[in-house]
Amino acid sequence: MAILDGKKVIIIGDRDGIPGPAIEACAKTAGADVVYSSTECFV
Amino acid sequence: MDLENQKRVKDLAEKYGPENVVVLLGAAEGEAAGLAAETVTAGDPTFAGPLAGVQLGLTVYHICEDEIKAEVDPGVYDEQISMMEMVMDVDDIHNEMSSVRDEFCKYL
Repeated sequence: MAILDGKKVIIIGDRDGIPGPAIEACAKTAGADVVYSSTECFV
Repeated sequence: MDLENQKRVKDLAEKYGPENVVVLLGAAEGEAAGLAAETVTAGDPTFAGPLAGVQLGLTVYHICEDEIKAEVDPGVYDEQISMMEMVMDVDDIHNEMSSVRDEFCKYL
């Protein structure tokens, strides 16, 4: 069963890793409904 | 995980139902990914934020895990993620994430 397709997806990106908008672009191609996206900074 | 994000995760899980929500992480290291995953499943391990003591049990993955990569358009993944993926320890991240999922996820 698909993990992302049709799900409400919350994105917690990381400034030093993968930022939120990059994850969002990917998740949308898998049919995810992105309901929140942010980029954290662990400094 | 910062306090504002914890609050948003809590509110969105209540709004949509925890079984319908998936959290995707982009943390650079396994330890940080594991802590964030623990926060949205078992509750805030630092007991500082709105998710302290709240066991949401949400489904959580890191964007670089094979399960997610398999569902994403390869061209977009390549363009957006692959540069950073090369400098990240994806095996370590996957190990941390899967141990948290096995223990705390309620909706797999």
